[in-house]
Amino acid sequence: MERGVIPMERYEIIPHTADIGIKAYGKDLKELFANAAYGMFDIIADLDGLKSSITVSIKAQAPNREELLVAWLGELLYHFYTKQIIFFDFEIEELTDTRVKAKASGRSVGENRNRLKTEIKAVTYHELKIEGKKKRFTATVIFDI
Amino acid sequence: MTYEKIDNYRWRIPKSYKSGMRVDGVIYADEKMIEDIRSDKAAEQVANVAFLPGIVKHSFAMPDIHWGYGFPIGGVAATDIEAGGVVSPGGVGFDINCGVRLVRTNLKESDVKAKLKDLVYGLYNNVPAGVGSKGEIRISEAEERKLLVEGSAWVVKKGYGSQVDLDYTEEKGAIKGANPDAVSPRAYERGKNQSGTLGSGNHFMEVQVVDHVYDAETAAVFGLEAGQVTLMIHSGSRGLGYQICDDYSRDMIRCLAKYNISVPDRQLACAPIKSEEAQAYLGAMRCAANYAWANRQCLMFLARRVFEKVFAMGPKDLGMDLIYDVAHNIAKIEKHDIDGKEKLLCVHRKGATRAFAPGHPELPAKYKKTGQPVIIPGDMGRNSYLLTGTKGAQETFFSTCHGAGRLMSRSAAIKAGMGRSIKAELEKKGIVVMASGRETLSEEMPEAYKDVNEVVNVVHEAGISKRVCRMRPLGVIKG
Repeated sequence: MERGVIPMERYEIIPHTADIGIKAYGKDLKELFANAAYGMFDIIADLDGLKSSITVSIKAQAPNREELLVAWLGELLYHFYTKQIIFFDFEIEELTDTRVKAKASGRSVGENRNRLKTEIKAVTYHELKIEGKKKRFTATVIFDI
Repeated sequence: MTYEKIDNYRWRIPKSYKSGMRVDGVIYADEKMIEDIRSDKAAEQVANVAFLPGIVKHSFAMPDIHWGYGFPIGGVAATDIEAGGVVSPGGVGFDINCGVRLVRTNLKESDVKAKLKDLVYGLYNNVPAGVGSKGEIRISEAEERKLLVEGSAWVVKKGYGSQVDLDYTEEKGAIKGANPDAVSPRAYERGKNQSGTLGSGNHFMEVQVVDHVYDAETAAVFGLEAGQVTLMIHSGSRGLGYQICDDYSRDMIRCLAKYNISVPDRQLACAPIKSEEAQAYLGAMRCAANYAWANRQCLMFLARRVFEKVFAMGPKDLGMDLIYDVAHNIAKIEKHDIDGKEKLLCVHRKGATRAFAPGHPELPAKYKKTGQPVIIPGDMGRNSYLLTGTKGAQETFFSTCHGAGRLMSRSAAIKAGMGRSIKAELEKKGIVVMASGRETLSEEMPEAYKDVNEVVNVVHEAGISKRVCRMRPLGVIKG
């Protein structure tokens, strides 16, 4: 963190009647993608105090930046369900408007089953938005739960 | 947004509201409900659905309408295949063939009251539920491909039920045209080991008692009378369906440019039904639909086993016959009469139930006179309903509501539940509840939902379905 810069929130929940949405923040797009992913897993499980023990390489592609965000989150969700890993640390190695490459770290669901809160079925394209101003990017994503 | 009142239970969003709407929107609601709908984004979604190429009549919404993604929940839209009509995965939803089944029993409320806790705990311990839960049925991919085509029948063949169960399931538990080759390896992977699992969120298994009968003659055909115990199961296609919708939603965004289609929300992405992409989606969607019917068949089997154990009774004495099983998230190719001409339509029902009128050829012989049973789950503190389809439902392509419909966002419900024990509150009302998710009970608290009694009143008064009986919850298990 730069000195003198007030840390911003990683994300906030936006209420949706049937589902759940987040507004994620970041000083750049890499941080934005990482924070959106953190927000998603914070809905899925209680992440408080968890230390990571597994790291997985994640790659995703899409035709544009917004759809790439959905593809990235979708990729993580797929790994959560099939490899049973709760992710909470994200190191974005490469990010363009159409490709993302990252290392996602987390903890196996196994002994943490009682931390699970909400089943996110999928990441939707509904009201999907990425907006960027200088050093403050926001992304709006709605999840089907 | 401006609404025009058509009558006490119908409201019109004129197509002049938004440039690009091809037809009017029509919402079924009473005066009080329309105010809530106005403050939600759902009505805007009704208008957005009216953009779909080939849409006929109106973009409909049932009284349990609430804000979804793409389509509103409670949305019904049909497109004319010969007129360039489209199918949209967003008009079905991620949980393909999420649906409900209702099972009767020979038990009376007094029989169950004494053993209610044992019964609820028994169900909770024997029915896998919760985020990413796994079932006891483990099958190879080759077997899973068979399951996706054969649906409930596959499960029955394995000994988890009988032929009669299939007769009382929509599409006999297996819709034709399922194409396992259109299902991605990822969807197979996510669906594996999840057969016979309830899922999470609003999915549930509920022991109920019939507390009011509106139409005794019809209720008798379904084997029901006041005071009788029923079992309701609400679940869907689990990870397999979610992944299929995910895969095809992405593909269909590409189709918008390819087929020159303009829609105001990417989640309404669609393709002409005759296109390769739409055919692939429909083939995969039907696989998920069949998976969901198989799943509910497994869940019913597990529940029957628990009842037999808890009451130490055999299947014959328990009389746990399936009344019916309906899908409430699905797209179907159906023939309907449009202005005197029979047309082949793709009917999207997203959070809406098919409701065939008496005499429909697809109904089992026993229900030819009554019309199709329509099962409407409410929240876990109030009521659920059994309705039947009517001739009046012709206006909605024989569709009606599917539940109570959410009123509060999940985060608002969790906030409202802080410092309260929803479990204890329900127990005071005599309802025993078990849930696996930490926040499920708050998210699903009764006041988070519209009153199902009001929702059902609208569809009954509007003449698109008819009340048969009302149930009250005794015990509930949630994911």
